Amino acid sequence: MTTPTSAAGNVLELVGVSKQFPGVRALESVDFGVRPGEVHALVGENGAGKSTLIKVATGVYTADSGQVRYQDSPVSFASPLEAQHAGISTIYQEVNLVPLMSAARNLYLGREPRRFGLIDVAKMRADARRALKRYGIDINVSRPLRSLGLGVQQMVAIARAVDIDARVVIMDEPTSSLEQREAETLFRVIAQLRESGIGIVYVSHRLDELYRICDRVTVMRDGKVVHVGDMADVDRLKLVSLMLGRDASEVRRSGATAFGDTRSTPSGSDTPVLHASGLTARHQLEDVSFAVRPGEVMGLGGLLGAGRSETAKAVVGALHTDSGSVEIEGKRIRRNSPAAAIKAGAVMLPEDRKLEGIVPNLSVRENIVLAALPRISRGGLVTRAKQDEIVSYFMKRLNIKASSPEQKVSELSGGNQQKVLLARWLCLNPKVLLLDEPTRGIDVGAKAEVQSVIDELAGNGLGVVLISSELEELIEGSDRIVVLRDGAIVDELKGDDVSEDKLMDALAAAPSTDGAEGAEGSIDG
Amino acid sequence: MAEVAAPASTFDRDRVLALLQDYGVYAAIVVLFVIDTALQSSFASLANLRVQLFQAVPIVLVALGMALVIGTAGIDLSVGAVIALTSAVIPLYLGYGVWLAIVMSLVGGAISGLIGGSLVAFLKVQPIIATLALMIGLRGLAVIMNGATAKPVDDPTLNALGIDSWLGLPEMAWIAAGLVVVVAFVIRRTTVGRQLVAVGDNAAASSLAGLPVRRILLMVYVLSGVFSAFAGVLLVGHGAYADPANYGLNYELSAITAVVVGGTPLSGGRIRVVGTVAGALFMQLITATLIQHNVRASYEQMVEAAIIVAAVYAARGRSGR
Repeated sequence: MTTPTSAAGNVLELVGVSKQFPGVRALESVDFGVRPGEVHALVGENGAGKSTLIKVATGVYTADSGQVRYQDSPVSFASPLEAQHAGISTIYQEVNLVPLMSAARNLYLGREPRRFGLIDVAKMRADARRALKRYGIDINVSRPLRSLGLGVQQMVAIARAVDIDARVVIMDEPTSSLEQREAETLFRVIAQLRESGIGIVYVSHRLDELYRICDRVTVMRDGKVVHVGDMADVDRLKLVSLMLGRDASEVRRSGATAFGDTRSTPSGSDTPVLHASGLTARHQLEDVSFAVRPGEVMGLGGLLGAGRSETAKAVVGALHTDSGSVEIEGKRIRRNSPAAAIKAGAVMLPEDRKLEGIVPNLSVRENIVLAALPRISRGGLVTRAKQDEIVSYFMKRLNIKASSPEQKVSELSGGNQQKVLLARWLCLNPKVLLLDEPTRGIDVGAKAEVQSVIDELAGNGLGVVLISSELEELIEGSDRIVVLRDGAIVDELKGDDVSEDKLMDALAAAPSTDGAEGAEGSIDG
Repeated sequence: MAEVAAPASTFDRDRVLALLQDYGVYAAIVVLFVIDTALQSSFASLANLRVQLFQAVPIVLVALGMALVIGTAGIDLSVGAVIALTSAVIPLYLGYGVWLAIVMSLVGGAISGLIGGSLVAFLKVQPIIATLALMIGLRGLAVIMNGATAKPVDDPTLNALGIDSWLGLPEMAWIAAGLVVVVAFVIRRTTVGRQLVAVGDNAAASSLAGLPVRRILLMVYVLSGVFSAFAGVLLVGHGAYADPANYGLNYELSAITAVVVGGTPLSGGRIRVVGTVAGALFMQLITATLIQHNVRASYEQMVEAAIIVAAVYAARGRSGR
């Protein structure tokens, strides 16, 4: 199944590595190798073993058996730091630098240029500026890191890694929180790294990126390597089917996303189930008005910072608005609070699952019934039977995988957490469902499940507002797309206009002016 | 503990720490009690236990309120000052009847909690700052109300509440036990109790889920104030003195220690009610043990400090997973 990788010119390789956790076999005799000067995609569903593999390679875990080889000799790093010193750097989604220190300080942390025993600030800044300019990033390096865009932060992390003389750079979902433009800069940097002979391991769920920048690919499933080969030799469909372990024809039938291709156009009355008018919030929203009919999925398009999340939040009372109103089935929501919106029937799946979604230390059960608790309680007392009924129904319906309803929700995979949150809202029988990046960072299987649930819900007459930075998802999932820019509606796509071309046109026709997006704007692209 | 740790072939540090955080305090109580009794058999006498309980009950009550506040990831430093306030309020109203004096004390605690809770819930002041301000201000107020000298409080009802026993144990211990049961029930089985825990675990998510976050925050500080005021009532009754300058000093620290030692994390989202009671009893037991062996109070403080560090370490190890 896999090719023996010995002496294949790999800078870093794992040979026959196995790793077991209590009750789980995370890696089973895995061979993996990255060559100098290649971008090597590492793909697989959540739980396939990608992160365990990375952690074994970088000294977070020790392999139970098998060997890690680096530059042709067996190694056993005691910590990620040791691996980093040896030349293997890992760039995580959340940048692990010091947010309050300047970009320059971060670049040279622990190895500052010194003069008379003191840090030579002038030299450090000049060096930092030069180092970042190599990647086409022109920023004020004295600014604290956290005031810079996420993309820039990541670039600083990469520049630091390369500057420490990295031979291998491992990137774990580097673009998941980047804006398109920032991602472009990242790709350019990756190309540069490749040319200078650095081996890059690239973990991502985004197929577009993989095909664009990767040379080879290793596909993992259930702790095993199921495919190794050139990226060009495996088409999208094949890749997805390898990851899922499903038949390619089956994947083809259901399309790239799990949305049905034709949804019968919203039937029934034309009375909108959701009617937002004149939503205005200082510096964030400007007179945003729209209506959603029952059974309709309205997409919200726009670039990062265009006001999509803010619009959704304003509808459910989670963002303070200065003026404007929201009506659900013709009835105006009186108070500007999530509680009032929920009572009226409007709920929102938040973008940031960790920050605004899950209650980590509570069980799956308690997370599901969190919002419904007052409704299913009697005289303020929690009734268990009713809870169990709801929980078991939704765990089955949404295929939530947990060892039991009493398992802590934080122990679940991202996809299952997202389904728990979906259950939290669905058990309230909402009339309007606002979904902010419902499939971000979840594995392919869960993604498909969430998408088909959205389809089904709309089919049942729910009004849905969909926000997604994945164009494919937005286009295939939406009946209609409202395009935002700088907090205002600039375009609306209907019918046949709901296509990638038209959406790109609409986004492109809306060039981001400076102002709101200062940090990102400073990437010199 | 041993039976759980033994079958694990490899030393699992996280699990041991988790067990230590959850049940260590109970084991420690048993161990300490056995040692004390072995060294001096009269330690286990009912008379001595009664004495220990009289000391421990006010702290248990304060810690109970503190546990609720800490459960929401907050902290209440004003509890000792509320006790001082109570000891100033009681002499003021005692002339109108003992029950009015008690009620007014509780109202005072509630108002204090309302102020602290409002600062936290509505003005988003950090709990430690909001209640620190109260801690300083209320004691000042109490001393102004009462004057700097302690006043004798001679009321049969109040004193009875402070020193009488029923079925061999202090009356106040029975009352406290009842309150513990009520609080434990509220936390585990009521909507508001579960919401409280959720707010402590993730306030943003709770708010988005339509939970009355601000009302819950307000509630815990009010309850903490009322529990502290009640502890103050018992202290005044027990001591037959009202001394606003000295009553309740360091109670906030004792209460926080009891809560933490009992296994409730300071980061919120988890409340161990029975553990809190055990934590308070354990700290009392430490004090009693050291006093019994004529150890100076300064050493006692150092021992307490070591225990706090150990408890927080056990909690840290777990969350670091």
